[in-house]
Amino acid sequence: MLGSAVIVFRETLEAALIIAIVLGASRGLPARMRWVFSGVGLGLAGSLVVAFFAGTIADAAQGRGQELFNAGVLLVAVSMLAWHNIWMSGHARKHAAEMQSLGHDVLTGSKPLSAMLLVTALAVLREGAETVLFLYGLFAGGADHMDLLLGSLLGLAGGATIGALLYFGLVRIPLGKFFKVTGLIVLLLAAGLAASAANYLVQANLLPVLAEEVWDSSALLSMESMPGRILHVLIGYVDRPSGIELVFYLVTLAFIGGMMRYMAARPVAKPAAA
Amino acid sequence: MIQILSRIAFVAFLALSTQAGAQSSTDELTLTIKDHRFSPTELTVPAGKKFRIVVDNQDATAEEFESKALRVEKVIPGKKKATINLGPLKPGSYAFVGEFHESTAKGTLVAK
Repeated sequence: MLGSAVIVFRETLEAALIIAIVLGASRGLPARMRWVFSGVGLGLAGSLVVAFFAGTIADAAQGRGQELFNAGVLLVAVSMLAWHNIWMSGHARKHAAEMQSLGHDVLTGSKPLSAMLLVTALAVLREGAETVLFLYGLFAGGADHMDLLLGSLLGLAGGATIGALLYFGLVRIPLGKFFKVTGLIVLLLAAGLAASAANYLVQANLLPVLAEEVWDSSALLSMESMPGRILHVLIGYVDRPSGIELVFYLVTLAFIGGMMRYMAARPVAKPAAA
Repeated sequence: MIQILSRIAFVAFLALSTQAGAQSSTDELTLTIKDHRFSPTELTVPAGKKFRIVVDNQDATAEEFESKALRVEKVIPGKKKATINLGPLKPGSYAFVGEFHESTAKGTLVAK
């Protein structure tokens, strides 16, 4: 039972942290719960499909299908997070003062919540497909079904708890600073995901690694440890980063950060008379 | 400007073509998964060189080859083979596991 609980917990953790960030970052948007949890539902349905076609995906593109698929999923998530952050920066001054105007912009269609739905769905999809394959393996291997069910629920509850803790920690940030802080968190999350995508592209032999190991801080903070895993999701911490991972991380950080500054510095557009 | 660009393009082309050339002479090792165990449990590879591991999963169910040290995560469906591109590595030992059966599926890669 414990074995399945541990794996399900690990896989749930990453998705739960991303969902918590998405919920925090979309605070004040109407119907965001419905959007984000639709994303979870879509992601779960998608993981069943991906797990079912795991063999086909793995064999695609001369055996590089899985790496390309993962890199693609990550890069789409990065661009959605980037879009969200850049859009938010353009509206930050307005809605820090009054949340309603943000809701107004969403309702009038200048900010589709579909970006956040997609980020959620992709996070669940990536982790979910692995969980499905793992659980199916135990199931087919004749593990006790009750044990398996209890273990999975326990793991799921653990991951969800950590996600909830992060979310409730986020919403305690005073409103004045809230979007600055969540903007920074989303920025770091996006940079970390971009670095992971680079790593998959190296595995697919599409990118040079540049330097196998730029530093080794595994003795200080190992990626096998719980803090290491959480920081990996949140800020993209890697204990032995490769050169290309650093390049992707920094370029993503600089690009989104630069666009955010540019958008924030633009004069605020007068709201059109409705 | 155009001259600089074309020079960069030429260097990039050279780098890519040497990389492609190196690929054909890449070492290939086989790692078998059976009854949720790896064999061999220790693989020796040359340090400072690219290499490939073909993982042959003879079990009926999927396994995930995972190594934090090597930064690899790859699901190998049941009764399938998968290729993992690695290296060049610094000399040292790198642990890997089958994440779905971590208590039995363990191994080490030694780069010399």
